[in-house]
Amino acid sequence: MLEVTEVSGLATVQDGGRAGWRRFGVPASGPMDVFAFRAANMLAGNNPDAAALEIGSGDLVLRAMYDCVIAVAGVGHNLSVSSWNYSPWSSCLVRSGWTIRLSQAGFGTWSYLALAGGIEVPGILGSRSTYLRGHFGGLEGRLLRSGDVLQKVRGVPPLIELAARSVAEEARPAYNAAPTVEVIPGPQTEHFDRQSMETFLSNPYKVSLSSDRMGYRFEGPRLELPRGADLTSEGLMAGAIQVPADGLPIVMMADCATAGGYPKIASVISADLPLLAQCTPGRDKVRFRSTTVEAAQQKFRKLMLKLKMGILSAEEDINFIVAGA
Amino acid sequence: MKPRLIALGDSALLIQFGDEIDPGVNQRVHELDALLNLDKPAGVVETVPAYATLLVHYDPLLLTYAETSDWVNAELDKVRSAASRKPRRIEIPVRYGGVSGPDLDFVASYHKLSVQEVLRIHTSHIYVVYMMGFTPGFAYMGKLDDPIATPRLETPRTKVPAGSVGIAGAQTGIYPIDSPGGWRIIGRTEVRLFDLAADPVFLFAPGDRVQFVMEALDA
Repeated sequence: MLEVTEVSGLATVQDGGRAGWRRFGVPASGPMDVFAFRAANMLAGNNPDAAALEIGSGDLVLRAMYDCVIAVAGVGHNLSVSSWNYSPWSSCLVRSGWTIRLSQAGFGTWSYLALAGGIEVPGILGSRSTYLRGHFGGLEGRLLRSGDVLQKVRGVPPLIELAARSVAEEARPAYNAAPTVEVIPGPQTEHFDRQSMETFLSNPYKVSLSSDRMGYRFEGPRLELPRGADLTSEGLMAGAIQVPADGLPIVMMADCATAGGYPKIASVISADLPLLAQCTPGRDKVRFRSTTVEAAQQKFRKLMLKLKMGILSAEEDINFIVAGA
Repeated sequence: MKPRLIALGDSALLIQFGDEIDPGVNQRVHELDALLNLDKPAGVVETVPAYATLLVHYDPLLLTYAETSDWVNAELDKVRSAASRKPRRIEIPVRYGGVSGPDLDFVASYHKLSVQEVLRIHTSHIYVVYMMGFTPGFAYMGKLDDPIATPRLETPRTKVPAGSVGIAGAQTGIYPIDSPGGWRIIGRTEVRLFDLAADPVFLFAPGDRVQFVMEALDA
């Protein structure tokens, strides 16, 4: 068990997402940065889509109530366990009574903390993901608060195999504060004049402060919609870029509505959505570059394969931690 | 006529039957939706029917766009031979007017109709659940007879109570949970549309037929 002793910012329980209910208007939810989320679970020896903690733009302090292994992956937080500092993208052994501290630092927004064995919260509509606007999923459909106790799912596999693992740096996406993210144009390209597509693909757009888990808004050159911004509502997913009448793009994120009625100029590809998610609203700028669906799918497969191959064990570190504990 | 298939990003395929709100077009969406859900290949996550489109969500780690569109194209060839399922019909008792339906008088005066005439029109049609969205369980239904189609509020209300029955343009719908909203509210139902403790969780499904029944009319 882990007890939340301090929390600020957007801390929720998320799993791989809620599949099968979008036809009824229920968003998929799930992690903002699927790469870091899966990395944390894989480091902890869990199913890649198991429930884990997501912490965004804030700090999280936990106290272990039993000996366990945790893994942290993501960008924007420093990790300390008891009195030691650890680099994120690694797993470590935590003794009962020790404090785990994730504190906001430098570039980045979202980090994930996975507990070996997974976190036990009730499944709602087949998922443990928190949907804040719907007030369900995760821990009572809300943000974590101090005093919350997170239960582990089941017996933990042998600790020694899971502690002190890490994700090789070369296996991670090139997170940075001014990323170029690739997009697949369409499907409503005909709603925009030719100049607007060029404007969109050749200018930096700043992530607006009014961004959240539902969507990232942008500030930058406005796009022209000569035929108007009204579209008969149709299905949407994370990555889709809607452009309302004000001409400023909105990239739909994890809590994205199931359908929307604004023309979509393009969609951010799955492999680059983590780069965008980690941008800090109000500060970081993004450039969009066009690609094809075939290239995008290959890039995503390569990225997730690199993660699988990039999980490193460090025998020496394990021996040290166990002996020293 | 074959619909148009187009990639929406790298994890969804959009099937476009048209671009307008039309019962015939929507019927084709639901026919294909039913067929695709009979036997989905591994990697197809779910389908989302809308007014004139069907969105297929798939896992790009398991399926390519070409594989997904090949599957859809093969199923499209079967649509004509598939027996269409008889749609479910659901009756919804409504308390019209008064505090339950604060915009009923406006709808009547907007169209220069009596309140009774508005109710007669609203309760005499069988509406189709074209699609669901906005909030969990919200059903977009149509098509409203022109005499009572009414534009949305200029400024949406910050809170519309669960069960409120509204009109927006040529659509009618019911708010499943308390939420902000700009539809003209003409009544309210006690029927729960979304209940996590119930089975099924959602009363409506896309493609259902719905008829409103007057339970009471408050002044």
